[in-house]
Amino acid sequence: MGKPKKLLNNPVEVVSELIDGLVAACGGDLYRLDGRNAVVRTHIANDKVALLIGGGSGHEPMFPGFVGSNLADGAPCGEVFAAPTPDLIVDTLSAIERGRGVLMVYGNYAGDNMNFDIAAELAEEAGIVTRTVRVWDDVAAAPPERMTDRRGIAGDFFVIKVAGGAAAELDNLDEVYRVAIKARDNTRSMGVALAAGSIPETGERTFELPEDEIEIGMGAHGEPGIARRKITDADAIAEEMTNLILADLPFSAGDEVALLVNNLGATTCMEMLIVSRKVHQLLQQRGIVIHRTDVGSFLTCQEMAGLSITLMKLDAELKHYLDMPARSFAYSRA
Amino acid sequence: MYDTLTPSQARDMLSAVAQHLVANVDMLTEVDQAIGDGDHGIGMRRGFAAVEEAMATIDPESVSKVFKAAGTTIMAKTGGAAGAVFGTLFRAGSAALEGRPALDAEGLAGFLLLGLEGVEKRGGAQPGQKTMIDALAPASVAAEAAIASGLVVAVRNATDAAKAGVEATKGMIATTGKARTLGERSLGHPDPGAVSMSLILEAMRDYIAA
Repeated sequence: MGKPKKLLNNPVEVVSELIDGLVAACGGDLYRLDGRNAVVRTHIANDKVALLIGGGSGHEPMFPGFVGSNLADGAPCGEVFAAPTPDLIVDTLSAIERGRGVLMVYGNYAGDNMNFDIAAELAEEAGIVTRTVRVWDDVAAAPPERMTDRRGIAGDFFVIKVAGGAAAELDNLDEVYRVAIKARDNTRSMGVALAAGSIPETGERTFELPEDEIEIGMGAHGEPGIARRKITDADAIAEEMTNLILADLPFSAGDEVALLVNNLGATTCMEMLIVSRKVHQLLQQRGIVIHRTDVGSFLTCQEMAGLSITLMKLDAELKHYLDMPARSFAYSRA
Repeated sequence: MYDTLTPSQARDMLSAVAQHLVANVDMLTEVDQAIGDGDHGIGMRRGFAAVEEAMATIDPESVSKVFKAAGTTIMAKTGGAAGAVFGTLFRAGSAALEGRPALDAEGLAGFLLLGLEGVEKRGGAQPGQKTMIDALAPASVAAEAAIASGLVVAVRNATDAAKAGVEATKGMIATTGKARTLGERSLGHPDPGAVSMSLILEAMRDYIAA
């Protein structure tokens, strides 16, 4: 198999160029921080608790695509698949902070954890209060008793959506933190990969998967999942993934949930809808009520083919923040 | 051969370290492709190319200042886990050099020990988890044991210990970082961070021995 085709200029500049494109598409709602790889909302209300999200690039629209009203206030963007540096995180914190502290939401990876921790320490020295929520929704990454070994994947979106609403409405950082933790703790995901994505700077695929095989539970950087096997029909794969998610929280009859079917990059909308349809059928059989469904590209891995399924168990408070209007490049709701 | 390094010489040594890392980027990329996502080499190039630039303009007031400046540069420019880890190594390790007019064997051993403590605290990793700590920890012990023999021997022994540590990582299963989920598939491959750690010491050894 040859190297995948990509529309690129200098591969070293991909992050910089995607940020320019994102800012240009947002009609003045965002600006780029001093020519660096971070985006910030142009209008951030005074006295608001600020929300910072971020991580490595290459997963667009995550993270910068979710900077907007009632969502995040700013996002430092690392190089492809690499956490942003502490300096960039601190400077983004300074740009969005409005006197009530900043909540930081990001995926649970060693590199992100260290860089955001260093940034939090530097911010504290500069008088900026922060709290941290690491998202660890990937059921495939580790058993429940090692929850903190799990990776953050598309469930990032639900936590960002809820935290963004809470940060717009609540005036206390600890309260926003509490709500975001609740969203995180009620969210579970599972992915399936059909083909690998590739890294722009090297052109190399992040893993090898034979033509007729899939991998259940593969991570967003090609981290190995829980089972590799011959491809079967969509319903069987959707059922296997859904059952693993349902058993993990666990979700049970009478629960109300939000559903996210996330495209890992190269899967067709047709396939996404076929899988979403099956998840609806399965949950209906189990007596689980789907309050909202989102289907689309939220956290991708370049041109990886495959998708992930995420469920968040709702209560009145989570439902309120999930349903709030929002506007950003990648997600808008009236 | 140097038995102590002045601040200017310490700066020149760190510049040589930076050049050595940059010269080995392709090798680091290959090592990382086996058990990681293949970006360790390009990350180290971002960080250490910047260290070389920083060393070219820094005023070498003290050895602690040049080591700390290298760490701050690595942390600011590398990104990813590597930036946090190697930046912390130099920043935390530089505390052992404060107040010392020159770098000697005791200073080197102190740098490695405080650097190790800093890295362990930052990332929560311990020896045996297939990380750069598996090169750094034995190097720290070897340098400490060789203080009485002087800087040339201390850095040589530390480098040998780090290289043995790299070999040992081939027999380890990664239990932290992105390679963690490879489980037994990580067996047989060295840890890229440990390889970088041994490259750093190798360049220090060669500068000091010259």
